[in-house]
Amino acid sequence: MDLVQLQRQLVDYRTSLYHEGFLDEQFTQLQSLQDENNPDFVVEVVSLFFEDSERLLNELSKALEQQVIDFKRMDAQVHQLKGSSSSIGAHRVQKLCIVFRNYCEAQNVEGCLKCLQQVKHEYGIIKTKLESMFQLEQQILNAGGSIPV
Amino acid sequence: MARNGGVAWMRTTEKIDGYDLSTSDTEEVHVLAVDDSLVDRKVIERLLRIFSCKVTAVDSGRRALQYLGLDEEIQKKETNGFDGLKVDLIITDYCMPGMTGYELLKKVKESSAFREIPVVIMSSENVIARIDRCLEEGAEDFIVKPVKLSDVKRIIDYTTTELREGEQREGARAKRRGINKRKQREGDDDLSSSPPSTLSSSTSSSPSSSIQSATAPSSPSTLDSPTRRLKMTSSE
Repeated sequence: MDLVQLQRQLVDYRTSLYHEGFLDEQFTQLQSLQDENNPDFVVEVVSLFFEDSERLLNELSKALEQQVIDFKRMDAQVHQLKGSSSSIGAHRVQKLCIVFRNYCEAQNVEGCLKCLQQVKHEYGIIKTKLESMFQLEQQILNAGGSIPV
Repeated sequence: MARNGGVAWMRTTEKIDGYDLSTSDTEEVHVLAVDDSLVDRKVIERLLRIFSCKVTAVDSGRRALQYLGLDEEIQKKETNGFDGLKVDLIITDYCMPGMTGYELLKKVKESSAFREIPVVIMSSENVIARIDRCLEEGAEDFIVKPVKLSDVKRIIDYTTTELREGEQREGARAKRRGINKRKQREGDDDLSSSPPSTLSSSTSSSPSSSIQSATAPSSPSTLDSPTRRLKMTSSE
């Protein structure tokens, strides 16, 4: 695939992520903070988001396996996940966290379990999509091109 | 506007998102950013650096107080490392484990040394009662997360204006102090036994050295603290 095709593919891919609600305008904000002096800013922030999310999802899984479930602690953890997903524009994950928090507040175990599965699922999707997008960007850079805005 | 020629000016010609960031007449603002989220710390740090701020990012209210030297258990030593790193603005998350941003705000506003530092609260929850409570406690502003470039620009614009105006006031006061030096000397004897404070008036930034030269050499730097002014007038 030549450079122009790659660039077009990236733009289309990115646009679809917004249209399908995977990403929101906060992601655009992050991209606008990247420049020649900080060329890896978005990748760095998103990597932190991945690490943070995986840690939180693990802790939430463990919490729901306990004999006595600490809903308050879980709520705090979901709040953290909501915050970081909001900060990078991971729209679907953020929205699910809101629902999750409601179940925590209601101390609804079934609801929490279901929600956790959904969040894990959505997180998996956005992680794959963002990684694909970054790969595409890298291909463009390797081909000597610049990443279209 | 009097300017100390020794201060290094930050010049940047970055243009991001339509914002002209050439800061030829703006000094570096030192911001203490407080957030328990690593992702958010990274983002706020970048946002602030775009506006040429110096940033110190910490992950808790406790650490923020330690940095300022307000932590009761750990007294900040007057080491060379922290000299000159005066904080011009505190930006803090509201919801944090341990000490909330609100509690940090209260501690800062209760301290005579730091109460003048503007404190901005960030929160993902847009709750009117929360916003009101923070503003009543003396918060300068309240940002609803996720934080955007326009939010930070507003805060920095405000802070640099305040700093510049503060310097102008300092300059005017320094002139008056120079004239009244003889009258003040009696007042200084009363105060020589009081412990020196760690900060000069927070509205002045690094060029304060030019202003301090106008004051009596043995006096502590907080000539503008309300309590000192009160003592001086009562002794005259």
